[in-house]
Amino acid sequence: MNWGSAAEFFAMGGYGLYVWGSFGVTFAALLIETQLARKRFADTRRLLRRELAADREALNEHASRRP
Amino acid sequence: MINWFKFASPASFYPLAGKLWPWFAALATAFCAAGLWISFFVAPTDFQQGEGYRIIFIHVPASWMSMFIYCVMAFWAAIGITFNTRLSGMMSAALAPTGALFAFLSLWTGALWGKPMWGAWWVWDARLTSELILFFLYLGYIALTSAIDDPRRADKAGAIVALVGVVNVPIIYFSVKWWNTLHQGASVSLTKAPSMATTMLWGMLLMALAFWMYSIAMSLYRVRAIILEREHHAGWVAELPEMQR
Repeated sequence: MNWGSAAEFFAMGGYGLYVWGSFGVTFAALLIETQLARKRFADTRRLLRRELAADREALNEHASRRP
Repeated sequence: MINWFKFASPASFYPLAGKLWPWFAALATAFCAAGLWISFFVAPTDFQQGEGYRIIFIHVPASWMSMFIYCVMAFWAAIGITFNTRLSGMMSAALAPTGALFAFLSLWTGALWGKPMWGAWWVWDARLTSELILFFLYLGYIALTSAIDDPRRADKAGAIVALVGVVNVPIIYFSVKWWNTLHQGASVSLTKAPSMATTMLWGMLLMALAFWMYSIAMSLYRVRAIILEREHHAGWVAELPEMQR
């Protein structure tokens, strides 16, 4: 174990800003990327569902109008 | 014998990618937890750089991934041009944002490491400049492919960028040998014993594995969205269980 206390851990021997700036931004970036990808997938799926529902409705209407 | 061409069809790759990505995400989480533990609690303090050297556990794996992902994109580009498979272009497109992110993180963590150790956030050194060019190649690929409306033509144009740009990857890798640079030489190489403590090496390798698994999970996840976007008129999409109410 390298650290005597939590304060020592966060100070990183005086390099706290640089070390936490690296790890923090990296994990924030990965988190943002996963959330953006999730949103893209959900949006596409929602759009396609709506499109398909509209298609089905149009088909049904067409079928019911036939004599 | 697996019939690889079966999975080259988006209709059969879509469910496969859906089954695979959670496993890679789980592996990424496990490797990341182990890697972070070693990075902060097992690896000793460096005798020259104190605790500041711990940036290596992010910086080196991110740089490796930024170069590796570009090579994988070039591989898919070559497959796409040779066999004219639709999925190849989609895979390249799915990989590009993650590759760009790792190239950015490599530069970002490098700047945060350079400031305390070299006294400068940035220097126009061969290694740094070639990595910056890699970042711009990713951005160029993304901008070019999203500026072309027809996805098949966008794939072709992107494939050219990927194949031409891949020349830059060995330049980055060997830049510390070919030129006199401020950036240190390779700490790990295939030909000689690594010049660092074993626990440090383990931390770096585990973080590299974590980023690798993350990139696979991410590209499999993203390619599913791309497949849906491009194949939305296909009959198989309408029959997917998630498309029913």
